Parts: sequence; structure tokens; C-alpha cells
Amino acid sequence: MTHTFAAQLNSLLAALILLSAFALLAQRKIMGLVHIFAWQGLLLSLSTAVIGYASGEHHLYISSLLTLGMKVILLPYILYKLVHKLKIHRDIEAVVNVPTTMLLGIILVVFSYHLTAPIRELSNLMTRSTLAVALATIMLGMLMMVTRRHAVTQILGFLAMENGLFFAATSATYGMPMVVELGVALDLLIAAFIFGIFFFHINTTFESLDVEQMAKLKETD
Amino acid sequence: MSLHPFVIELLQFALLLGLAPAFAGWVKVLKCRVQGRTAPGILQPYRDIRRLFGKDIVLAENASWLFRFTPYLTFGVTAIAAGIIPLISVDLPLSATADVIALVMLFGIVRFFTALAGMDIGTAFGGMGSSREMTIASLAEPAMLMAIFTVSLASNSTSLTQMVSVMAHSEFVIRPSLAFALAAFILIALAETGRIPVDNPATHLELTMIHEAMILEYSGRHLALIEWAGMMKLTLFFALGIAAFCPWGIATGGDTGLLLLALVALAAKLVVGACIMVLIETGLAKLRIFRLPEFLGSAFLLATLGMIAFFILE
Amino acid sequence: MPAALDIAGFSVLLLLVLAVAAPLFRPVRTLQITLVFSLAAVASLAAVVAGVMTVADGSVASAAMTLGLPGLPFHLRLDPLAGFFLVVIGLMGFFVSIYSIGYVKGYGGQRSMTQMICFYTLFLAGMLLVVLADDAYFFLVAWELMAAASYFLVMYEDEKGENRRAAFLYLLIAHVGALAILLAFGVMAGQSGRPVFDGYTFDAMRTAQLTPGWAAAAFFLAFFGFAAKAGVIPLHVWLPEAHPVAPSNISALMSGVMLKTSIYGICRFAFDFIKEFPWWWGGIVLVLGLISAVMGVLYALMQHDLKRLLAYHSVENIGIILIGLGLSMIFAAFHLPTLAALALVAALYHTLNHAVFKGLLFMGAGAVLHATHERNMEEMGGLIHRMPWTAPLFLVGCVSISALPPFNGFVSEWLTFQAFLLSPSLPHPLLKLLIPLGAAMLALTGALAAACFVKVFGVVFLGQWRGHQKRERIHEVGPSMRAGMLLASISCLLLGIFPTWVIGWLDTIPEQLCGGRLAESAGKFGWMWLTPIAHGRASYSGPMVFIGILAVVAVTWLLLHARATSSRRVPIWDCGFARLTPRMQYTASAFSMPIRRVLGFLFAVREQVEVVPHTNHPSLPGSLQYRLRIRDRFWNWLYVPQGDAAYWIARQVGKLQQGRIQIYLLYSFVTLIVLLVFLG
Repeated sequence: MTHTFAAQLNSLLAALILLSAFALLAQRKIMGLVHIFAWQGLLLSLSTAVIGYASGEHHLYISSLLTLGMKVILLPYILYKLVHKLKIHRDIEAVVNVPTTMLLGIILVVFSYHLTAPIRELSNLMTRSTLAVALATIMLGMLMMVTRRHAVTQILGFLAMENGLFFAATSATYGMPMVVELGVALDLLIAAFIFGIFFFHINTTFESLDVEQMAKLKETD
Repeated sequence: MSLHPFVIELLQFALLLGLAPAFAGWVKVLKCRVQGRTAPGILQPYRDIRRLFGKDIVLAENASWLFRFTPYLTFGVTAIAAGIIPLISVDLPLSATADVIALVMLFGIVRFFTALAGMDIGTAFGGMGSSREMTIASLAEPAMLMAIFTVSLASNSTSLTQMVSVMAHSEFVIRPSLAFALAAFILIALAETGRIPVDNPATHLELTMIHEAMILEYSGRHLALIEWAGMMKLTLFFALGIAAFCPWGIATGGDTGLLLLALVALAAKLVVGACIMVLIETGLAKLRIFRLPEFLGSAFLLATLGMIAFFILE
Repeated sequence: MPAALDIAGFSVLLLLVLAVAAPLFRPVRTLQITLVFSLAAVASLAAVVAGVMTVADGSVASAAMTLGLPGLPFHLRLDPLAGFFLVVIGLMGFFVSIYSIGYVKGYGGQRSMTQMICFYTLFLAGMLLVVLADDAYFFLVAWELMAAASYFLVMYEDEKGENRRAAFLYLLIAHVGALAILLAFGVMAGQSGRPVFDGYTFDAMRTAQLTPGWAAAAFFLAFFGFAAKAGVIPLHVWLPEAHPVAPSNISALMSGVMLKTSIYGICRFAFDFIKEFPWWWGGIVLVLGLISAVMGVLYALMQHDLKRLLAYHSVENIGIILIGLGLSMIFAAFHLPTLAALALVAALYHTLNHAVFKGLLFMGAGAVLHATHERNMEEMGGLIHRMPWTAPLFLVGCVSISALPPFNGFVSEWLTFQAFLLSPSLPHPLLKLLIPLGAAMLALTGALAAACFVKVFGVVFLGQWRGHQKRERIHEVGPSMRAGMLLASISCLLLGIFPTWVIGWLDTIPEQLCGGRLAESAGKFGWMWLTPIAHGRASYSGPMVFIGILAVVAVTWLLLHARATSSRRVPIWDCGFARLTPRMQYTASAFSMPIRRVLGFLFAVREQVEVVPHTNHPSLPGSLQYRLRIRDRFWNWLYVPQGDAAYWIARQVGKLQQGRIQIYLLYSFVTLIVLLVFLG
């Protein structure tokens, strides 16, 4: 595998990660969302491995394996169990309709391209062009959290944002130091457990996971 | 031995006119096999067309000249389009008649007049078909243009011969932009040629038909021409996809050996393409008409992502 | 051979003489109409000749007249840009004048013909003078002449309250626009650094050195003024009100030609006066053009009044022209002259094309109105059988405006697409990504326009007659109206088939305005092949498409008719109902329903379904009533608040009116004292 080929492969993977971020915005079914999230994790893990190979930074292989374990197997499994336990299979309602969200998404991508332009000029890493995609993934995750009403989609949005951050780290500086990465992974795991516990409580209190219900907590009126 | 470009042009006309029904038949056979039905045989479309040509025409009392003229125009315009897309050789003199945008507009003429013919008799079905067809076309158009734009970025051209030569002779590069554009193109092609999940070519169920509703009043040779043009259009969309995304194997000149090789490559690609389409058609159910904006919206999204990917990543 | 400027002057003079002399022929009505409109056609043809000559040789001629104010004579100038617009005005003036002979006779003895004729000729003269004027003063005089004449023409059928309201709205917005243009000229003249009156000549404005801030102020004031005249969204509200109520020959001129004078104004300001501008000016023009194009066609789709629908299409097409202009300005700002030339040629070509096909469509609508006395499409249908001439000619207009080859609308939209496709050569990364989205919106516009014209032609001319009056009473219109439409449709076809010649002819304009040429590369492979930038980039051959389609259709037809298969005429298959009635057809509202559902959030749509119970059995439904109301959101957003504010102020001022003489005397007394205080 030559260096340029690895760069091209990485571009393709970046493009697919971007696509999966849009797929998360478009998908209506919760199980579908979990599947897409797992795919995104897989793409991320592959991309990390490719960058590791091409740059010769071998600690990225460990990151790649960690991503594979956490984001492709463990977290989706936890979410899968959660969805089954809470018996939520219905379509999720969005606050803003899907085509409009998509258009907003496209604008965000263009915006992140514009934001990362100066960094692209400065950097000489082979992954510098994927930085825009990483930033866009973060923004799209945020957009997903804003436009969706269901609590599970909120955590998926959060996890997608984390994916974006991780991707940004690998593209900008060939990954964070190992200690930090391990810490983040552990944090994520704990966050997922805490979310799970919260979901149970929210569900028993409101008999729904629609976050709009929480507006009832407001004291006025 | 080398053939004159005009001979190749004529050859291509003959090829598309002659083989489009066979291709449509092949799609039908495949679909039957996949769905576990008995297949009618690959030559059935020829028999259908021959039968229709032999039949008398039954016209409604108030059918106007436009209704009788439309089948000829449909056939004529589709035939012109057949001379433009390079199939077996890049050296195609009439290919410069229209670039991709003009080609899309040529299909637009067919649609315009078919929709008008649907409204000519004054039945409710015709109007319904026309209205839906024009709506779908309107929503598909931006996605189509975006896909064209993305493809044209790579070759710096919208001229088909130029696109084919650039694609066929550049070394292998992974281009995410083209992958996205291809995905978008497949969705659009399904919509433009009226296949599942957008329209069902086999249905005559009143509430779901779109294209069939417009041509419901046609009979005899008029219907034969429309059906034939429809088969050509299906083949042409495949040819367009092949030309824009995987033209490998196409001949550059008029050399007979290379032409034969190109013909074999084309046939293989068509066979594979038909398999993909049949799998899509079998795997998906027809969408509700008001789900279509999302379907075509995703085509637009894919094409736009392709364009963005070109600028960001390539 | 006389100079082009002389011919143009002759044309204007003839029109003015006609306006003055028309009342003399009043006793002989038929002679009056025939003579005046024939001579107006001659005058228009003279303008075309002058314009064609000027554009062809790229000459510039100017003259100062002895008319005008002391120390401020009127200046005339004929350069290629003005020449091109002379052609647009003259060509449509020619077609419409011929058409008018028959159309105006159709009014019979009901109205004053002299009023129509005088204002018609003044209107044409005003438009020609707007293009010819070479100083701000003369320009505004001509501009107001054009506006006033068209106001009286919109008011022509003034017994209807609707018409008076529309004409007033038109006059109001026209004047707000004129005011902005006046201010723009003021800014230019003030900054030109010349002595007071010299600054008002266009020559002074060409050489003026403006600071970027003042240049932007001048341009955007002028743009606002011209946009109000052109009906750019959100200043479009007068257009769908005024165009439908005017007589159809006037609608054809207003929509086809008068709107174009504002395109002329924008070109003049941007490319001729200011020349150096930042790219975001073009960006704003482009974005407004895109909004106008998409919203215009969507509003048009929702209409079922034939002329109102066509008026909204004018908003759309002005949008398309502005898209070309905006792109051209962006390319020019980045100093890419060839690309700027391509976009400018696309815009100008579309200007000419839109004039021809929109004129044709309005003439066709006039013919339909003439025959059926009906503007509501829901009351028409099947006219193709009763109007064998109008139907195919109107169809040509429909195909042209839907941008389908081989007709003219396609060529200019195709050129605009090519300009879009060249945006990757811009050095600005953000523009590279955003401009292609504009191309997608243009594609959406084109496809929606096609849907809209399938609806128009399908509902008006095809199917069965829906109206109340007897179908047999509808007759084809007279020869002069047919001739006008026929000439326009032939131009549509020729402009579509021979774009290379047109671009070759136009070449002097981009050369003078943005320093780039196109003809050399566009016509490199002969008149058959149009290759705007390079043949490897894109190519189109109008003649090949036309001849090819014609040939295949003819061959197929002949082959199939060589063998005898009979055709039978039978009643329509009615699906087992007792009888298929015309009311079972798809209506115009039904046709646009899917698009209304999908994109309805852009309008204020109100649908009401009311079930009226059966008289004998109240539990059963007797009849259904469906009401649909679609309103322009801009009306509520922008105009209603302003109207309310105006009323509020008027009410406050109205309190002064007390009706008692003592109070009025007190007002005078107080005024006197206040004045004395100030003077003292």
C-alpha cells in the first residue's frame, strides 16, 4: 500500500464518515440510528488504522482497536439493550423536518470547510484535508441533539460529536496521547452507564423519553 | 480494419434501437427469477411491440393532433439521445450535438409532451399521472444537475465524449466524489425511468400508477412507439451511467477489434447493472408519493456531498 | 446609409408624432387603428434596424439636443448596450403592434380608442428614450414618461375597482423606485467632482472616481429602484396585480419589454458607470435573482388566473436574468473577463428570449381572453379544437419558457448553467462551494416552470371545455393577431436554432463592458455548433437537434403510414360510470396539489372543505365545497405593516380636520405668528 493510496483511502473513509453523520440526521427509527452509529465507529476505527499505517505512528493501532471495541461493539450493545428494555421502537419525531435539517447540515459542512481553511494552509500532514470533515461531524452531532426530541437520539448525537472530536484529533495531530485517549474512552463508558440509569428514571417518571416532557419541570405557570 | 465515425454512429443507432427491447426483456426475466415467478423469455418485448404495431388504433373522440403527434415525438427525441451517448467508441460525430445538460433537457421534452398527452383526453387518470410525473421531475432535477456538476468537476467538462475519455484514460484513483455522485445518479435514474420505489412500471392499479396513467389512452402503433421509446430510455440511462462512471473498455477510434471488445464490455456492464437494479427493485417497496421528496432529497444530498467531497478531500 | 442614431431618432419621432396626430383620425375608427398601429410597427422596425447596426459594428454615437433646460440640454447616446435593448424593445414593439390591430378592434365601440393609441405610442417612445438617454435628467424624464403612459394603460378598463387599485399600487411602487434612482444619480453626480449641471451627464458618471462606500450607495440605490420596476422579490407585489388587468397587448409589452429597461439600468450602472466593484455586489444580485426565480415560479404554479400566472413567470425570468448578471459581476470582480462575458451574454440572451416568448404568451393569453372572455383557467379547456392557430403558437411559447430544446429559452438557460459550471475557477474557496447550489436552484426553477406550463397548456387548451357558455361560440382570432403571434413564435425557434449567430452579433457588448470576448470560441466550429468556452468543455447544436428530431419523426411517421392500419374514433372510456363529465377532469388547482403539499410552507395556504348536508337526508353529504386561498407571505411581512403605518399617520394628521371655521382660522393665525417669530 503506497502512501498516496493510503491518503486516498483515508479521504474515502472521511467521506463515508460524513455520509454516516448525515444518515444519523435522516434516520427515523431508533434501531436504525444505533446501527448507523456502529457503522460510523467502524469507519472511524478503519480510518485510524489507515492513518497509523501511513504515518508510522503505531500507537494509533491501539486507538483503532479501542474504538472498535468501544464504539462498534460495546456502546451499540448497551444502547441496543436499553432500547429493548424500554421498548421504544416507534419512529422518532424531529423538531425540524428532515429535508430542512439536511440543508442546514450542508451549510454547516460548508461553514466548517471555511473555518478550517487557515489550518489547511499551515499543516503539512496528509490528513489535513479531513479536518473539515471532522469539524463537520461534530457540528452535525450537535445539530442532531438540537433537532431531535427523543432522549436516546440526544445521547447518540453526543456520541457522534465525540466521534467527530476523535477524528479531528487524528487528522490534526495524528491522535492524542495514549493516556488522554484511554481516559476519554473510560469517560464515555461511564457516561453511557449514567445515561442509561437516567433514561430509566426519566422513563418511569414521565412514561416517555420525549425530552419535550421535561418542559413540565419549569416552575412558572 | 478501421470504421468511419459515421458508420460507428449508425451502428450505435441500430444497436440501441434493436437491443433496447432485449435489455428490457432481460430485466423482466431477471426480476421474475428473483421473485420466483415464471419468466416470459427475453424476446417477449419484441413480440409485444410487433403485436401492437399490427393492431388498429382506438382514439377517443376528442383526441387532438397533439395526442397523435406525441408518440412520434417521444420516439424521435429518444432516438436522437441514442446517438449522443458514447456506447462503444468515443469517436462519435453526433455526440457534440448535446452535452449532459442538454441531454437531460431532451428527456425533458419527452416528459413535457407525454404529460400534455395525458391531459388531452380529459380523464381524471391522465391529469393525475401528468401532475405526479411533473412533480417528481421537478424534485429530481436539482439532484440531477448536482450530480452532473460533481462528475463534470473531475473531467472539467460536461461534454460526454470528453468525460468518457478522461475517465477511461486516467489512472485508478479513489474518488469519493464520484462514488457519491454515482449513488445520487442511481436514485435519480430510478425516478426518471419510473422504477420502484418511485413508480411501478408493471402496475395498472389506479391509485399508484404515474407513468402508466399518462399513456393509458394509447393503443396500436402509438402505444408501440411509446413502449419502445420507454425501453430505449431505460437502456440510455444505463448507458449514461456507464459512460459517466465506468467507461473502461470503450474504444477510442474505429478499430474493429477494439469495437468488438468494447461491445462485450458494454454487454457485461449492462448485465451487471440490470442485476443491481433488479435487486433494488425487489428489495424495496414502492414509496408513498409524499415520501418521494425525501427520497429525491437524499439524492440531492448525496450529489452535494460529492461536490463538497471533491473540494474538501481531493 | 443613415447613421444608426438617426434611425433611432426617426423611430422615436414617428411614435411621438403618432401620439399627437392620432386624435385627428378619430372619426374613422378602423382607419385610425390600422394606420396608427401599422406605423408604430414601422417605427419599431426602425428601432430594430438601428439597434442591430450598432451592436453589429460596436459603434458609439452621441448627440446633444437643443431641447431641455437652459444650460442642461438633453443628451442622446447609442452604444452597443443601448442598441441591444433597442432591438428588444423594437422587436416586441413590432410584433405587438401588428397584434394590436386586431386586438384593439375587438374592443368595438365600447371605449375611447384614442386614449389607447396615444398612450401606447407614448409608452413605446418612452421605453426607447430610456435606453437612448445619456444624462440623468433626460433619463428620468423618459423613465417617468414610460411609467405614466403604462399607468394609464393599466387603468384602461377603469370601471373595475380592482383595476384602479392595481394601477395605484403600480404607480406607488414605480415612484418609490424612481426616487431611489434619482438619489443614485444624485450620489454619482455629487461624487463626480464636476460643476453642478455637468455632473448629471452619463459621461461624467463614467469618469467619476468614487470611494467604495459611495459607489456601493449609488449602486444599491439604483439597484433598489430598478428592482422595484423589474419586480424582483420582495418588490414584486405590483406585478401580478397590474399585468393581468392591463389589456393583453399592453401586458405583453410591459412584461416582455418594460421590465427589461431595469435590466438595462443595472447593466449601465454596474458595468458602465462603476466598473470596479467587490464580488459581494454580484453575490447579492445573484441571491436575489435565485430567490426571485424560485419563488416566482412557485407562486406562478399556485395561480389559476392565466394572466396572473404569466405575470409571476416574469418575476421568475427576471430572476434568471439577474442570476446571469450576478455571476457576471462576480467573475468580473475577480478579473476573469471571458467568464464574465459568458455570464453577461447568457443574461442578455435571456433578456431577448424572455421578451419574445413572454410577449408571445401574453398575446396568446389575450387571444384566449378575446375568444372566451375569461381569465380563470378553471373555466376553460379543449380550446385546441376551437382555436387551431392559437393553440400551437401558444405551445411554442410554453416549450420555450420551459427551457426545452430546440427553442430559445433553452439556449440562454444552458449558457447560464455553463457559467455556473465554471465557478470552480474562482479563487475564492467559499464561493466555489456555494455557487453550485445556485445552479441546483436554477435547475429546480426550470423543472417547475415546465410543470407549470404543462398545467397551463393542459388545462386551457387540452381536455374538455369546462366553461358555462356554449363551446360553439368560441372562435379563432383574426389574422393580424395570428400574424403577431406567428412572428413571435418563429423568432423563438430561430433564436433557439441559431445561437452562434446571435452570440457573434452580441459580442461587442461584453467586449466593451467587461473586456472579454466570446464569439471566437463560441463559434469556432461553424454556425452549427455552439461551444461557449471550448469544445471539450461543452457543446450544443440547435440545428442538429431540430433537424434530427424532425427527420426521425418524419421517417417514423412515413414508415408507419405505409401500411394500412385503421384508426377508430370512439367515446372516451369512462371506467364504467354513466358518463364522463368535464368536471371530472383534473383542474389547475388539482394539478399543482402535490407541489403545494411539498413546498407549501413557503406560502400562506388556507384550505377549507365544507360538507353541505343533503336536503332530504341530513345525515348524508349533499355537496362538498372546497376553498383554497393562497397568499403571498411577503404581502403580510413587508407591505401590510407599511400600509398600516401610513394609515396611522394619516389618521393622526386627520385630527387636524375639525370642520369648524374658527379652528381653521386659528391654524392660519398660529402659522402666521410662528413664521413671524422665525423671521423676527
